[in-house]
Amino acid sequence: MKVFVDLHLCPNPQDLDMTRQMIEKSAELGYKIVGVSLSPKYLQSEIERIRKICSEVDLDFVSRIDLEPLNTMDLLKSLSLFRRKVEIISVKCNSKSVARQAAKDRRVDILSFSHLDMRKRFFDSAEAELAASASASLEFDLAPLISLYGFQRIRLLSKMRIEVLTAKKYGVPIILSSGADDVRFLRKPGDYASLGYLFGLDIGDAKKALSEIPKEMIERNRRKLSLNYVAPGIYIVRRGKDCIEGLDDATSQ
Amino acid sequence: MNINNNQASKKDVFNAIWDSILRLFGEYGASKTDLRLIDYDLENKRAILRCSHEALPLVKASIPCITRIGGRPAAAHIELVSGTLKSLRKKLLYMQKDQKNALKRED
Repeated sequence: MKVFVDLHLCPNPQDLDMTRQMIEKSAELGYKIVGVSLSPKYLQSEIERIRKICSEVDLDFVSRIDLEPLNTMDLLKSLSLFRRKVEIISVKCNSKSVARQAAKDRRVDILSFSHLDMRKRFFDSAEAELAASASASLEFDLAPLISLYGFQRIRLLSKMRIEVLTAKKYGVPIILSSGADDVRFLRKPGDYASLGYLFGLDIGDAKKALSEIPKEMIERNRRKLSLNYVAPGIYIVRRGKDCIEGLDDATSQ
Repeated sequence: MNINNNQASKKDVFNAIWDSILRLFGEYGASKTDLRLIDYDLENKRAILRCSHEALPLVKASIPCITRIGGRPAAAHIELVSGTLKSLRKKLLYMQKDQKNALKRED
């Protein structure tokens, strides 16, 4: 059975009731893992509070931060500050220089772009090539597709269609998330997968973007954040006494 | 289709679906759907729709985009899709039985 992931719930951090409602609704709709966007100010206290709510409804909680840097220096500073503190780092790219830096930095997990200003969507072939080599994913929030209408939705859909083609061409993983700030915009994973039809994502790819791709990313980051991680490909397998026994076994052989 | 609005009438539901299809695909797209509202269970807030199988992706994409029914905020979810009405009702029965059993187990 597929494990569905909604990596982007954006409740108001001050409104605990809304956060609880959204998490409970996500569990009811069939998600098993949820990522809640946290504010850098109250990071640790928020993580504990939301983790508790998620455990009550049997959901796996993923801590996530949405960075919105003004320039590349700001981005690098934030990355070094938060990389070891949260499981997922997403960068909302509001300028081309930030977008390029975020795409080539391996500490960035997700690239996201404005859904209102199409001139600030910098996901072109150069960006895709950098993102593919740094294994960053492209995230599409689907709540704006539900809440917007008319010309704004037309422009967003047209841009998303082009970006899906570019991402597929360069092998950039695509993630579909709700991006909802209200319970009204939460939908079932199947409903979100059906929305993929609007921007050229077939149902199989859309389901992968809601389950396997985000799940792999979470597992990879959790491995990296564990105490046993040393460097890419190097993990601590044994510690303390085990280590000495292991060494003896190895020398006797 | 499951509807998340307590006071929606059959007419309101049908209008909301049409409105969503028209907004997303226009009159030309809507003409391809051959959409009918077969049944609406007010108690369980569940509707059965019939559409052309070629237009299924259009209808499936339009239903999550419903945000208001009868002027009130609402959300609609797709519960089941099936080739015939008979098999759909059969699946629905199984689903309801499963839900009842799950509730009993919880009690």
